[in-house]
Amino acid sequence: MLYREAGQFKTTYAADQQLFPIRQDRVAVLALLAVAYVAVPLLAADYWFNAILIPFLVFALAAIGLNILTGYAGQLSLGSAAFMAVGAVAAYNLELRVPGLPLLVSFALAGVCAAFVGVLFGLPSLRIKGFYLAVATLAAQFFIPWLLVKVGWFSNYSASGVITAQPMAILGYVFDQPVERYLLVLTIVALLALAAKNMVRSAVGRSWMAVRDMDVAAQVIGIPIVRTKLTAFAVSSFYCGVAGALYAYAYVGTVQPEDLNLDLSFRILFMVIIGGIGSILGSFLGAAFITLLPILLEVGLHAAAGQFGLNLMPGTTSMVQLLVFGGLIIFFLIVEPYGLARLWQVTKEKLRLWPFPH
Amino acid sequence: MNTSKHAIIGLLLAAIALFAPTAQAQQAGTQFIGITGYRVGPYGANGAAFFSGFIDYLHLVNERDGGINGIRLSWEECETEYNNTKGVECYERLKTRAAAGPTAIHPMSTGITYALIDRAPADKIPLITLGYGRTDSVDGRVFPWLFPLLSNYWDAATGIVKFIAMREGGEAKLAKKKIVLLYHDSAYGKEPHPVLEAESKKLGFELRMIPVPHPGNEQQSQWLQIRQYRPDWVIVWGWGVMTATSLSTAQKMGFPRDRMVGNWWAGSEIDTEAAGDAAAGYYAASLNLAGRDFPVVREIQKHVLDKGKSQTPAKTVGSVLWNRGMAAAMMTVEAVRTGQGKFGKKPLTGEQVRWGIENLNVDAARLNQLGFGAMVPPIKVSCADHGGSGLVRFQQWDGKQWKAVSDWMSGDRALVRKMVEDSAAKYAAEKGIKPACLSS
Amino acid sequence: MQFFFEVLIGGLLSGVMYSLVALGFVLIYKASGVFNFAQGAMVFIAALAYVTLAERFGLPFWAAFGLALAAMVLIGILTERVVLRPLVNQPQISLFMATIGLAFFLEGLAQLVQLWAFEDLSPRPLRLGIQDAPIERLMSDFNVLVSSFDLFAAAVAAVLVAALALFFNKTRIGRALRAVADDHQAALSVGIPLKYIWAIVWSVAGFVALVAGLMWGARSGVQFALTLVALKALPVLILGGFESIAGAIVGGLIIGASEKLAEVYLGPYVGGGIEGWFAYVMALLFLLVRPEGLFGEKHIDRV
Repeated sequence: MLYREAGQFKTTYAADQQLFPIRQDRVAVLALLAVAYVAVPLLAADYWFNAILIPFLVFALAAIGLNILTGYAGQLSLGSAAFMAVGAVAAYNLELRVPGLPLLVSFALAGVCAAFVGVLFGLPSLRIKGFYLAVATLAAQFFIPWLLVKVGWFSNYSASGVITAQPMAILGYVFDQPVERYLLVLTIVALLALAAKNMVRSAVGRSWMAVRDMDVAAQVIGIPIVRTKLTAFAVSSFYCGVAGALYAYAYVGTVQPEDLNLDLSFRILFMVIIGGIGSILGSFLGAAFITLLPILLEVGLHAAAGQFGLNLMPGTTSMVQLLVFGGLIIFFLIVEPYGLARLWQVTKEKLRLWPFPH
Repeated sequence: MNTSKHAIIGLLLAAIALFAPTAQAQQAGTQFIGITGYRVGPYGANGAAFFSGFIDYLHLVNERDGGINGIRLSWEECETEYNNTKGVECYERLKTRAAAGPTAIHPMSTGITYALIDRAPADKIPLITLGYGRTDSVDGRVFPWLFPLLSNYWDAATGIVKFIAMREGGEAKLAKKKIVLLYHDSAYGKEPHPVLEAESKKLGFELRMIPVPHPGNEQQSQWLQIRQYRPDWVIVWGWGVMTATSLSTAQKMGFPRDRMVGNWWAGSEIDTEAAGDAAAGYYAASLNLAGRDFPVVREIQKHVLDKGKSQTPAKTVGSVLWNRGMAAAMMTVEAVRTGQGKFGKKPLTGEQVRWGIENLNVDAARLNQLGFGAMVPPIKVSCADHGGSGLVRFQQWDGKQWKAVSDWMSGDRALVRKMVEDSAAKYAAEKGIKPACLSS
Repeated sequence: MQFFFEVLIGGLLSGVMYSLVALGFVLIYKASGVFNFAQGAMVFIAALAYVTLAERFGLPFWAAFGLALAAMVLIGILTERVVLRPLVNQPQISLFMATIGLAFFLEGLAQLVQLWAFEDLSPRPLRLGIQDAPIERLMSDFNVLVSSFDLFAAAVAAVLVAALALFFNKTRIGRALRAVADDHQAALSVGIPLKYIWAIVWSVAGFVALVAGLMWGARSGVQFALTLVALKALPVLILGGFESIAGAIVGGLIIGASEKLAEVYLGPYVGGGIEGWFAYVMALLFLLVRPEGLFGEKHIDRV
């Protein structure tokens, strides 16, 4: 009853083409934003901002980036974390070396730097596909952090190779409280997510999907393969780059390029698989799932062990985490290849028909 | 299909339900100690030994003494997997666990230390980095919340050079000698570079630095380079599997093991036992002695292990890293005791503990009283010197166990001090910090 | 010049160690078209099973080897049943991602086993009775350094390849495997039971993983870092082609030799540590020229 679009008539093209054509969706998105902007800052404690909400948003942005590449354009990449590293280091150097450059501009330019590097490593995609390409992106994952560490200039010749991000200041206002950092990240991520949602239904997005579904056929109907694949790499790396800059400035505060390693790339891939391949919403769901799951498991296992009077060997939870992660990936691939986002869609369909079963 | 979907939804709901009991408060009236530990991953074995020792000592204080002046200890360990983002999450979680805060954090990872350098002062939580972390944080006027207790990496590097000089028959003999630094290619491995370069200029030995990529279980090409270069000594700045592989590859290349000196993270039983026979003769600088022949180890055996209070495997007891973890816990406990002297017998806040660490003074008599004897050097911390000792001692692996082969000795303290002050001043200028001692 | 040869020989011999791991990938890819990312985790769990049986329970070599092999066969059968069969006819990339999941699962399982058996996660020494030391005669007569263990590993690899070749060419199962590799449909229609074949292939890959695990474990101890050797084997595959056993061997030799030569001769000029990525960049450049690898079959896309 609540979720029914009957009676909503579109009388203009603009109304028909808006981002969320159903009124309930618009209300839901606005409500969600209102919660994120008003309720969360009022209610959440520092722990939630520092350890859960900010990383969730940062990784969601990276997952959107990978989802654009893998979910929409069909090019598997195992190098997302490396592009994040490019973004983080680029933002640091822009802030350091260009005096007076506004912070948001350096974030955007950091994304552009990552996009350039992404295109460079995307070039092999013109000749190879599938897991050959996945292995090729591993080259980026191993080469880029090495380069960022070896060339002292990138870290301003810090002896240990660790970069410490400058304070985040916009128009003289310093964002240093957890809640302020959260709001800044939220704004950037929300805007970029809307942009992504808009992009994937545009001509560019549709050509990505055509290439994903069958590149030869796409070529035959006149879609320029080279440009399509490379824009996918560029846009995807841009998102990862901005995510990397946020990771450095809003989340951890320091960057060791070797931290943004293959493991993180895998986690971002898992967010996409579990959240939903080819879905912006799914990127958020997946990021939430992967960020929360380890914490829940640790807390839950300890609580359970306490309940039954068991003495867990220290470290057990981390191994159980690996087991559960691995198991879930397989489970999702078998049972629900489109991830959590698909579950949401199914729920929506059901709501539409409710209370009638069919 | 449908049941599976229900299963997913059920799982999610269960997950949300589990969130309810997270905010369990620690027992009131105890001194809560937050532990960011790691026992899994590539470096898990090293972390497990250290944190077992740490926790076993906390058990001892509770079981034998009933806490510190009657204030019992409570603690929680959070697994960081040696991963910086997980470390931050653990830190944030432990911070909320007790009203007074987590006492003092031992990150046991140079990377996590760097990630917490800005957070800890803001939260007023002291960081104790026993033999790792940021070397220039010895200068407490710039880094009031950081305590690289005992010795730091530059002390280790200069100490190793001095040890090599001793073996060669004096510093004058070092001129024209060739020394290779084989290092773990990470922030940790890069820490000793500046001081070794300075030493090489000063003493006239040739220095070559060869990186080993993470994790370091393949060192053929590094050792081929070493074989070609024919150095007189190799300094191993290894961590985890890298050390064992260095030793076995050295054997393979026919390089004598008694010409190799590790630092204190490359000198535990975990490393040498994995290398098997290849390890015999290998030297390592150490912050603490190995072995069970100390009263405190017997006390732990009696009050903790024999009573089944701990799950520490028998062979870990008395190992280098276990003893080090125990020493780290002892220093934390003594700092709290010192703080209690000023602030009263109650659970202390991070700020009060910080004062306690800065005024920590554990002399030889006190060490004997505590049952540590010669396991660790005496330590006296001050605002200007957050290290408090700077001494190292060399041990040699005889194929079965570590044997001390030198007394407590210091490297080039003057050189290290000067470099620390320069580096700290540079950091202070960058960050806009006015170097000053905190009064309380 | 003599040093050059030493580096070359050392590189070729460590390439053999990569080939041992790469072989496991090739077997599974040949028979089922699955790129098995979990091969590294299988190497780890196999070596760990052996060490647990041999050191913890004190079994003699052959008993421990046999039981470890049985465990690997069990893992192979379960993988086929639980992971692969439900994903049949899915795009290859889904199967690939499923094996990433499998890799995580096996890594967690292996570490739980290690924790249970040894109470901690420290590297377990694995002794095969062969010293990893220079061969004295070569050293004294020619001043060329060759490790006896490396030679042993090369011999093991040679025996393994010969055994696999015999298995594939001379046995009924081997012929069935090749038929499946050529064409699933045709193989099914002449009555070859696909699911058994897959279970067998995964078991054989488990056997190869066990041999590789013993070799690697004997060198640097059995521990978590063993899972990372799979990452070293990937460029070998790209170079050699996914379908070719000969390719895995030749690719391994090329990667091993060029990587060591690059680190020794090029490394010092760029700050060293280039081994971590050199093989990948080389494979990447190679892909641009010859996407199907040295010995791979050329694929033709049909619309």
